[in-house]
Amino acid sequence: MKVLSLNFLTCAVKACKSSSDSYPLHPQDAELVQDEIELNPDMLINVLPRLDWTALRTTSSELGFPALPEQAPTAEELQADEKMIRDLHHLLLETQISEGKLVCANCGHQYAVKEGIANFLLPSHLV
Amino acid sequence: MLPTPDTSHVPYERVYEPAEDSFLLLDTLSSASETQYLHETFSPDASSSSPSPKAIPFVVELGTGSGVVLAFITAHAKTLFGTNQILTAGVDMNAFACRATIKTVEKAQADSVAEAGGNEKPHGLYLGSVMGDLAAPLRNHSVDVLVFNPPYVPTSEMPSRPETFTEDLPSKTSFDDDSYLLSLSYAGGRDGMETTDRLIDALPEILSPRGCAYILLCAQNKPEQVKARIQTFGSEWRAVTVGSSGKTAGWEKLQIVRIWRDISP
Repeated sequence: MKVLSLNFLTCAVKACKSSSDSYPLHPQDAELVQDEIELNPDMLINVLPRLDWTALRTTSSELGFPALPEQAPTAEELQADEKMIRDLHHLLLETQISEGKLVCANCGHQYAVKEGIANFLLPSHLV
Repeated sequence: MLPTPDTSHVPYERVYEPAEDSFLLLDTLSSASETQYLHETFSPDASSSSPSPKAIPFVVELGTGSGVVLAFITAHAKTLFGTNQILTAGVDMNAFACRATIKTVEKAQADSVAEAGGNEKPHGLYLGSVMGDLAAPLRNHSVDVLVFNPPYVPTSEMPSRPETFTEDLPSKTSFDDDSYLLSLSYAGGRDGMETTDRLIDALPEILSPRGCAYILLCAQNKPEQVKARIQTFGSEWRAVTVGSSGKTAGWEKLQIVRIWRDISP
């Protein structure tokens, strides 16, 4: 699963959805693999308005990537910043989580990731 | 005709094999009227009057099975949406289906690149597949296009999990395990609607304001009642049949309903 997925995923427990602590999920013991993908600056610029930047900053630092700026760049700023484009491309699109866990900070539930597939099925007492 | 993704690697003893319902989804999504709708709603260059380009759409299939539909959407993004800038992801309860889908998408993307020659990449960006119950793992209001080929066959009861079953990609599965996994793909309980009803109830939370859902129904699901129920969500909600396999006279007559909010001024 690409790191970008974490920007769309949240705890599957219904009661957690209203808590801001349930997003983003926190990767633990994550094993990362890198793919090589052709750089498409235009695509990244158009992904930008879809991103929850605060969540992405958290994910990025928790995975050990260099700190992202506090504020999301504007489309124009990103367009002019080739290094930032490359860094975001590498983090969001080329990096995959292959093994590990995703943890909800609200309920503490741990979602296992195996072969790049996170398991969001809940044990019956949590449904 | 756009090529159908190759699913020859999928273990059909425990993952639903593409069938008439899957192909009806492919035909409907690539029909002239639906590609026009998707272009108008999501293509960045469609409305030149709009000052800012439209945000890149997030397309999710629930219950991917083999991945044939999600791979088709991802690989042919340029044709279906008028842009290769779409994000796609899959959800399925069955770990083997998730694993199969990753492979199906990968193959279909490679095939679409080969077909395009040196031209611009025709395929979108697949984020991955997760195991989950419907849209439970997804952030509210994030999905722009939802595709669902549900377990729609009326059955006296819903599948129950064998006691021996472990969900995480076991290296060996028993016959009971395989039967359970397959039953998840078709057994719909009362009117074949127990799972679909749960999904429809959650649509207002799942879909983005511009979002739409393509849901497959069979005649036993009482599609006219389903559409009428969606209209009770509010005056802006629409539910229209946009594809059907009317020519086949079996008991399983199928249709695809597109559900969305009409927020045009």
